[in-house]
Order: sequence, then structure tokens, then C-alpha cells
Amino acid sequence: MEVNEVFEKVKGLFEEELGIESEKITMEAKLEEDLDIDSLGIVEVVMAFEDEFEIRIDEEELEEVVTVGQAVNLLHSKL
Amino acid sequence: MKTVFVTGASRGIGKSIALELGKNYQVVVGFSNSQDKADEVVEEIKKLGGESLSVQLNIEDRNSVDKAFNLIEEAYKHVDILVNNAGITKDNILPRMKDDEWNDVIQTNLTGNFYTSQRAIKKMIKNKWGRLIFISSVVGTSGNQGQANYAASKAGLIGLSKSISKEVGSRNITSNVIAPGYIETDMTSFIDDENKENIIEQLSIKRMGMPEDIANMVSFLCKDESEYITGQVIPIDGGLTT
Repeated sequence: MEVNEVFEKVKGLFEEELGIESEKITMEAKLEEDLDIDSLGIVEVVMAFEDEFEIRIDEEELEEVVTVGQAVNLLHSKL
Repeated sequence: MKTVFVTGASRGIGKSIALELGKNYQVVVGFSNSQDKADEVVEEIKKLGGESLSVQLNIEDRNSVDKAFNLIEEAYKHVDILVNNAGITKDNILPRMKDDEWNDVIQTNLTGNFYTSQRAIKKMIKNKWGRLIFISSVVGTSGNQGQANYAASKAGLIGLSKSISKEVGSRNITSNVIAPGYIETDMTSFIDDENKENIIEQLSIKRMGMPEDIANMVSFLCKDESEYITGQVIPIDGGLTT
């Protein structure tokens, strides 16, 4: 899967799971500051990612993730 | 239909909770040793037209808790309501209490409930609905001689439940503690008649509590109508702690 496709899927999950407006979701957007996702929201999207992509994401890997782009790259590296 | 998981449900308060909730929910009867008794509870629920299954777990062991949840999720997808009821006692006065007596009680009564709650809550967050109900004890807030370990574990549940209630309240998940007083179960069967009379003397309601007294409150806390009650400790003790 191309990075672009992963981004589109991530965008879809953010809209679906957390009700975030799609125009706000860019590769540069910061999850907490720009998209107002709280720590519980991160848990929700991680679970959604795990189901959608059939992967496992460890707590340590998440510590590095601040922006949508970093999340997309982490997911892409696992596929 | 929503799924309830009651730990320690083969007898006593847990059994009564399972039977009461069996009227409205799919009930998973958790047990550690008594498969026969757990299956009797399952049969009783089915006889009344309900849906139920029994699952073995050693609550003090995370792997065992994970296995149990995997089985439940295969059968019923996820747990909507978790009733953390399983508990043990290993009474001794403090100067004589052994490390094992302390550790076993804390591991089962407190850490075990951390394992089950953590496992259940992820799906509840996803579903944006859930109920956590901890069966503590009046001993958790008042203490009791010979039960430093048990009282500490039951007090620990209060901090656990209150913290959970703050973490996940925004996802329509409530977490509450029920603190039973003297309830007629195997755990209180060692109290002789004379002591029983003395206990009843201290109560406003002049009888020992019955497991059903607890089950009725659990049943209410499971309902949507209880959604504004969270982070609370609800004593059901015939007025013992007033």
C-alpha cells in the first residue's frame, strides 16, 4: 500500500471514529494541538488502526508520534 | 443483547448477581475452581430463557484473564458490563501476617481487577458505552481486625474505580463500587449465632444482608437510567456504616 493510500484510510478513521472535519486532517497536523485528540482518543484510533490494518502497535512506538504524518509513516512501515 | 461478565459467580454474591442479570443480559459466569457450580448457574439462567456460559479464569494471572476474555469475545464479541466480584480472604492479625497472606489477597482482590478492567475497558471505549462495577466491602472504608490485607485490597478498589470513572466518563462509561456489609454467604458462614446477634444489634435493618440485596443494586447500575452515577461508593449494609 502506498503512503498516500494509508493517509486516506487514516483520514477516514479520524472522521469516523472521532468526528474530525476532513479538511483539518493534513500530514502536518498535530494530533493533540491541531485536532484536539485527547489521550483516550489516541487509544481509540490506535484500536481502529489495529483492526483496519491487522497490525499491533506498541505503547513505545506511539511516544514518537505527534503529527498525522508520523502516524501514517508508522502504519506504512508496518504493512 | 448486552453482555455481562461476573467474576467469582459460581456462588455467593456473584451467583446472585449472575442470576439477576440473566433476566436481561447474556451472562458470562466466571469461576476459578468450581466448574460444577458455575455450570449450575448457567443452567439456571438458561432455564429461565436467558443466555449464558461459564468461563474459567485465575484472576491473579494476566494470561489467564486474557484467555478468558478471548473465549468471551469469540462467543459474545465484547463485554459491555464488567462486575468485578471475585475475591478471597486470608485473615490474620498484622503481627503474624505472612507475606504470602498479604500478597495473595492483594494480587487477587486488587491486581486481578486491574487486569480484568483494563482488558474490558478498551472495547467499552470503542463502543462508547460501558459499566464497571466493583464489589468491595464496608471493611474497605472502616477496616477490620485480622483483615489488614483484605481491607487494604478492598480500599484499593475504591481508588481504582474512582480513577477509571474520571478517565472514561467522556465515553459514557461509569465505574462504581458497591460496599456490602454483612451478607449471608460462605464467606460469613464462620460467624456463630451469638456473634450474628451482636452484629444484627448494630444494624438499623434488623437482619443479615442477602446476596439479592447486592444483586438488585448491580442490576440498577447496569441500566441506562444510572448513567449519571459514577465514581461512587455505595454501601449496602443495613445501616451499619451510618
